[in-house]
Amino acid sequence: MTDAQIRIADLVKNNDVVLFMKGTALFPQCGFSSRAIAILDRLGAKYETVDVLQDPEIRTGIKEYSDWPTIPQLYVKGEFVGGSDIMMEMFESGELQQLLGAEA
Amino acid sequence: MAMAASEIERLIKAAIPDAEVTIRDLAGDGDHYAARVLSRSFEGLSRIKQHQAVYAALGGRVGGELHALQLETAVPQPENSN
Repeated sequence: MTDAQIRIADLVKNNDVVLFMKGTALFPQCGFSSRAIAILDRLGAKYETVDVLQDPEIRTGIKEYSDWPTIPQLYVKGEFVGGSDIMMEMFESGELQQLLGAEA
Repeated sequence: MAMAASEIERLIKAAIPDAEVTIRDLAGDGDHYAARVLSRSFEGLSRIKQHQAVYAALGGRVGGELHALQLETAVPQPENSN
């Protein structure tokens, strides 16, 4: 495993809810990341974010980590959940509430 | 770099022959699309796997030359026959 993969695995393992995104929760730098944050905030979820724009190794590495070509990427309890489209579908169906609600 | 909607549809159908593909050009700039893909081959696959199948069909373009592809996948529902 490369250094980046190890760091990503640590981030995913050590945070119950973590979003890899472009920018920060306060200032998302991409419409998709912004949408992901809006969904998490709407659900009142407690989450960590990782700004991939600050870290080129993580930016490339996260795409390999889950064989997923785009950012944002949401992980809950160590599991890859999906990108912002899947988050939106799961939000609309109530599945995301359930997944995150189980955290509390 | 922009990519034509017809090219996106062609690539998806080449990899997933029974796919019903609907593409919308969100910003009119040939760079921000929404695609809805229906296929029986998605049956039993998680959402992640369904999206990965479409990403694979597009051969690494998503996240690269195709910056923004909003994606929705589903198994087609049988039509009511009555």
